[in-house]
Amino acid sequence: MKEFPGAGGLILNEPLLWEQGRRGRSGYSLPRPDVARAEPPAELAGEGPDFPDLSEAEVVRHYIRLSQWNFSVDAGFYPLGSCTMKYNPKTNERQASRPGFAGAHPLLPAALCQGALELMAALECLLAEITGMDAVTLQPAAGAQGELAGMLIFHAYHRQQGRPRSKIIVPDTAHGTNPASAALCGYTAVPVASNERGVISPEAVASVMDAETAGIMVTNPNTLGLFEENIRAVAEIVHGRGGLVYGDGANMNAVLGQVHMGEIGVDVLHLNLHKTFSTPHGGGGPGAGPVCVRRRLEPFLPVPRVRYADGVYTFSDDYPLSIGKLQAFWGNMGNLVRAYSYILSLGAANLKRASQLAVLAANYIKERLKGVYHLPYDRPCMHECVFSDKLQQAHRVSTLDIAKRLMDYGYHPPTIYFPLVVPGAIMIEPTETESKETIDRFIEAMQAIAAEAEQSPDTLHQAPTRCRRRRLDETAAARKPRLTG
Amino acid sequence: MKELSELTFPENLRYAESHEWISPGGSPVRIGISDYAQDQLGDVVYVELPEAGKTLAKGAPFGSVESVKAVSELYLPVAGKVVETNAALADSPELVNKAPYGEGWMIAIEPANPEEVDALLTSQAYREKLKG
Repeated sequence: MKEFPGAGGLILNEPLLWEQGRRGRSGYSLPRPDVARAEPPAELAGEGPDFPDLSEAEVVRHYIRLSQWNFSVDAGFYPLGSCTMKYNPKTNERQASRPGFAGAHPLLPAALCQGALELMAALECLLAEITGMDAVTLQPAAGAQGELAGMLIFHAYHRQQGRPRSKIIVPDTAHGTNPASAALCGYTAVPVASNERGVISPEAVASVMDAETAGIMVTNPNTLGLFEENIRAVAEIVHGRGGLVYGDGANMNAVLGQVHMGEIGVDVLHLNLHKTFSTPHGGGGPGAGPVCVRRRLEPFLPVPRVRYADGVYTFSDDYPLSIGKLQAFWGNMGNLVRAYSYILSLGAANLKRASQLAVLAANYIKERLKGVYHLPYDRPCMHECVFSDKLQQAHRVSTLDIAKRLMDYGYHPPTIYFPLVVPGAIMIEPTETESKETIDRFIEAMQAIAAEAEQSPDTLHQAPTRCRRRRLDETAAARKPRLTG
Repeated sequence: MKELSELTFPENLRYAESHEWISPGGSPVRIGISDYAQDQLGDVVYVELPEAGKTLAKGAPFGSVESVKAVSELYLPVAGKVVETNAALADSPELVNKAPYGEGWMIAIEPANPEEVDALLTSQAYREKLKG
């Protein structure tokens, strides 16, 4: 009898915070004020928010209990495609907690936070070396803001060339945020369909790339987990007609130390430190989305930038062509420290090895589940593989049912119904941090679910049965959201 | 999801390969999405429609439909001017699932070239396309 991680067990009930506590109860005390008490102006005074009065223990237990209803990468295997839910080494937390970093106020004068600035400068150099790009900004708060920064840089570049352009090419295998980022910058996204091999064809790009088109946004490897093998030819077409190439680096975990993004024609690239460089994510942030550029685009990077001269690090706004400031202060510093810690912990050879193992793990899953689940693009993949529910549809079992059933087995479900080019997609990204035993057990769970789909489809329709909550009414939650306690 | 044989495609409508339907004959004409499209999308939770008065080209996106699975663009099967949108969808997006050809209609347009409507797929041709 095989033991899967999923099991029943005691889970504690937990009501809403508003249903707990008692008037006057408190879990904190403010320090004695060292300034004179003053009444606020009348126009600023008003009713306070409706917060419940709670003790420290009530608050702590509340969130611990809710966390026990949840699932995390510290608890188990989390193969959520394209999110790169790799394990986050605890040494990263230790470094980020050092008082010199954790306690540094963002308004400290540069002279009093040289260490933090040095770390930022050093991280910029490392990221440039890893990607094969020339200059880096650490400011964007996450991937989508990195994309927006990239689009603003495209716009600033074309304006400086004396001819602003209005369109951006976005292939259908790019990340879903790409067209949104282009649109937010005022560009019209021009979709391009991938070919029968699941990648962009140079002919398709050539047919839409014109003098009104600012460039192309390519996710490489793409959302099918395939390497865009025509990227050089595509970049040549785009560059030949005056455009720029944006690389969405969300899938960089497949190609660390393998691909020199600058050499394959990428002009601007964003990284997700919270994916590739092991800083935590999964609760909506904070992320970190540094943007790397080729030398000719460096003048457009956001300000302030860290500068080093005469043994001293300073912030400088003296970049007249800069797209400006993207957020308050300097970036999500805690995550910059974590990523720096990760890079130094692994070193060049092991970063490269991490990508190799991530690709190996995905291909292993692809080969072993091929035939059990439909594989729409049967060719070597990168760090993730995409299946569909085509074989299970005969038993009236859908991708959603399979994903829900995986929860009963003790796994976080993969990404489902994305990419859109594969109907009923199941997108699995194991990452390099999982052992062969863990991956084998997951494969066995997927096989067991496929067998259940044939023999007792209702088991899947009822799933999950072991979670604190059964199948949630996602439709009602989206149609009639209730956002207050 | 349903088998193709369980889906209905009324004979009196014309269909686009991007799964919109249009009611031919006269002007203005109504547009919505097919039974196949609503079934593939799953429960619709939000429909974004254009403002009346807008003139759009054939194939231009005129809005989007959000389901629990994904957000998909809606494409205008023929060129024309939007004269009315289905206001009921703002509060009841589920009408797209319940009655894709009836109360779930999306916009009404005055076609710029009425012959474009007749060139779209018939019910039978659309069903053949879906069979692949």
